[in-house]
This record gives sequence, structure tokens and C-alpha cells, in this order.
Amino acid sequence: MTQEQLLQKLKVIITPYVQNETALQNLSEDTDFIKDLEINSANLVDVVLDVEDEFDVVIENEDMEKMLTVKASLDVIQSKLNEK
Amino acid sequence: MDKRRVVITGLGVVAPNGIDKTEFTQALQQGTSGIQFIPELADLNFSCQIAGKPNISKDYLNHYFNKVQLRGLAATGLEYGVIAGKDAWQDAGLSIPEEEEDPRWDTGVIFGTGILGVDKFREAIYKVDEGNVRRLGSNTVIQTMASGISAFLGGMLGCGNIVTTNSSACSTGTEAVLMAYDRIASGQAEIILAGSTSDSGPYVWGGFDAMRILPHKYNDNPITASRPMSASASGFVPGAGAGALVIESLESALNRKANIYAEIAGGAVNSGGHRNGGSMTAPNSKAVQQCIRSAIAQAKIHPKDIDAINGHLTATTKDPVEIENWSIALERNGKDFPYINSLKSLTGHCLAASGSIESVASVLQIKEGYIFGNINTEDLHPEITTMIPKQKIPETTLAIAPKIVAKASFGFGDVNACVIFKKYSE
Repeated sequence: MTQEQLLQKLKVIITPYVQNETALQNLSEDTDFIKDLEINSANLVDVVLDVEDEFDVVIENEDMEKMLTVKASLDVIQSKLNEK
Repeated sequence: MDKRRVVITGLGVVAPNGIDKTEFTQALQQGTSGIQFIPELADLNFSCQIAGKPNISKDYLNHYFNKVQLRGLAATGLEYGVIAGKDAWQDAGLSIPEEEEDPRWDTGVIFGTGILGVDKFREAIYKVDEGNVRRLGSNTVIQTMASGISAFLGGMLGCGNIVTTNSSACSTGTEAVLMAYDRIASGQAEIILAGSTSDSGPYVWGGFDAMRILPHKYNDNPITASRPMSASASGFVPGAGAGALVIESLESALNRKANIYAEIAGGAVNSGGHRNGGSMTAPNSKAVQQCIRSAIAQAKIHPKDIDAINGHLTATTKDPVEIENWSIALERNGKDFPYINSLKSLTGHCLAASGSIESVASVLQIKEGYIFGNINTEDLHPEITTMIPKQKIPETTLAIAPKIVAKASFGFGDVNACVIFKKYSE
């Protein structure tokens, strides 16, 4: 899966939780989930669970804690996919 | 300090026989039952396979919850409560503060329940038992904490005063109305959304089925099953839903030129302490009578002023005792007894939600000028007809405008609540 394909899938996953629609339009690797997209921090665990379902991977707590930006999330997902 | 006057300025309801105020009003006037056969209960070997369950579609929820709130939503009580609560707020013509504004410090929520999010809790139990607690997600707590309903409503409406959930079994809703009344009368708040909600489904109703206090002979004929005051009453039909009332100081209501449905003249709550025949499941009659008398005293009315009673009257063998308690407390019997009706003939017993849904029905009677009819009362219990004539238990809606309606609810734990609603006049 290319980085672009991963990004598109991640965008679909996070969309329901996003409160700042403009930031979602301008989504880039540097986008921060909480600061830019204004995702409620309580919902970050839901994003991770949805990622697990979408990619059929298991994300441990240590990796979950890193997933605060688009780039960090893509890195975690890519590394989990590589392990498969 | 004198108590401030308190009025009702908004109503919302999600009942088995109508999911908004308009539908519910029509059902009240026409005697439309909301009791239906529930296939799921039959599949699960329930003795009682019928219930009063509000017909809410998934699409309907989109009007009340945002997309994040809808994800993994599995808490029917939360759904009913939010719908009824937001409808009542809108009905009262109240605005909602913007995200960046302060909350409204003088508005609050007192919204009771018996148990919340049972279906969500079931999901969580399965995951936990599988050792998969990490997969619960963020919404398990907010959908299963009892105060989830007041917490959701408080946030949706931007309330900055008390936001809490009370719980006193089947008197919960009536108690919530009185808690709101007290807080406003004493000047601690201006507007409170008061109400109550109850989850639906087998996990809520199962315990009652196990107690053998639900009717089991009406599975083929649901509409005739809920028979308050009838000689053939054989238990209450389980129900669910939510009722919501915007309760407001008269001053605030007049200032904003709100539509006033009725005034809350006063009321009382008490407990029988499981003494003198009272128990976990049966009321102490002396306590019931005292609660009614105390409500009348608080309301500063005379027992003779009561035009109609909306009873608790669940359709168990205790209904004649309730009539007797009213008769003793009011010192009125025979032709002198007020009109009396039970909403439960149309909705079943909506448990924690019953008091608020029935309060909505009581207030609608005052505002719109009628006394709604009971159904399934063609064979009144002989102990009841020796106390009061059958004309006092209308079988169809009467075009009689009550000025004062007494509404009582009694709950497991031997707890009682009685509120006096009065037609508003300057």
C-alpha cells in the first residue's frame, strides 16, 4: 500500500471525530489530531480501534501513545503492516 | 423567605404510544395503546412477551446526536432521554449558548433513570470477559454511567447550574420534577430541564418477568394486557421511554414571554421505611397517605380542589389499595371522589420514566382542557367500585377541563412522590 493510499484510508477513519472541517480539507502529514483537527482526546482510542479494524493489526499502548499526528500514525500503521 | 412561583414552559416525550408531543397528545385523546408483541422476548422464553416500546428509527436519531455521539451508541435510555429533553427545550423556545460562550449559569438538568445503557454494558461485559478490555472504546463509560443522560443533555444545552441524575425506581420522574421545583422555588436556579428515562429490552424487563409480576396471558392480544383498576388485572406490562419538562421560575417565564403550560403548586416525597406493611416491593399505605397530604399542604390547596388524579396504578392487585389511600388522604369517596386515570393502560409501566411521562400527560390535560380516558377498565375491580362510582374512571376522554391535577408515583424501596399541577393564572 502506498503512503497516499494509507493517508486516504486514515482520513476516512478520522473524519467522524474531526471538529475542525477546514483542517480536514487541508490534511497533510504534519496535521495534529488534537491541535489542528480538534479531535476530542477521549476519541483518540476510538481512532486507534478503527485503525485496528481497518488494517487488521493490533496496536499496543506504546504505539498508541505516539499516534497524535498524521505522520506518526502512518508510521505506526506502516510498521504494523510490515510485520504481517 | 416566601417560595417563588414555578411554572412549566416546555414538554417533550418519547412514549410507547407516541414519540413526540403531537403524537402523544393524539394517543392520549384517542386512547391509543402502545403495547406490542416483542418477538425478541418470545425467542428468549419470557412469560410476558409484550411491552410498551417507543418506535424510534436509527434515522430519527440523526436529528438529535452528532456523528461522533452516534458511533457505537447502544443505550436506548440515553436515546429516549436526549430526544425528549431536546424537544422540551425547543418547545420552551430556549436558545443554546455557542461553543465559545459561557454556559447558562442559571439553567440546569435533573434527569433521572434506574439504569442506563444496559445494551452497551452487555457489550462491555463480553469484551472484558474475553480479556479484551482494550477494545471497549471511549464511549462505554459515558453511555453506562447513570448520570450519562444528564451529562449528555447538560452539554448539548450548555447548562451551568445543577446537572445531575436522580434515582428512586418508579418514582424517579416525579421526584425529578419536585427536585427541580424546590431548587427554583428557593431561588437557586431559574430554569431546569427535569425528567426521567428508562432503557428498553430484555435485560431491563427480565428481572420483573422472573418475579412473575408481569401478565403472561395476553401475548396474542397486547392491547388488552395493561388493565389498571380492572378485576382481571394480572400484572404490569413493562415499558420504556422518557418524559421531559422545562421547569422555570414564573419571573423568568414572564420576562421572556414563554408559553406557560401549568404551574407546579407544590409536592412532597417520602418513604414508608419498609414498615407497617411496606417492603422493598410494596408501599406502606400510611406513608402513601402522608405523602399525598403533605403535597396538598405544600401546595396550599384544599383536598376538595383536586379535579383529577393521575395515579400510579400499574395493573397489579395493589390498585384497589392505591384508590383507598387516595380516598383516605383526600377524605373523599363515592361521587365526591375526583376523576382518576392511569396512563399505564396505554403505555405499560415505563419504570423510571413513568413519573415524567405521566407528568407530561397530566400537564397536557390542564393546558388543553380534557381528562384522558382509561382503556381496559370495562371490568372494574369490585373493591374499587365499592369506594368510587365507575363514572369517576372515564373509559373515553372527557371534555372536562381540570384546574388541579394530583400526580403520584410509588417505587420499589417503599418510596413515594406526589406533585400538584395547577392551571396557571395571574
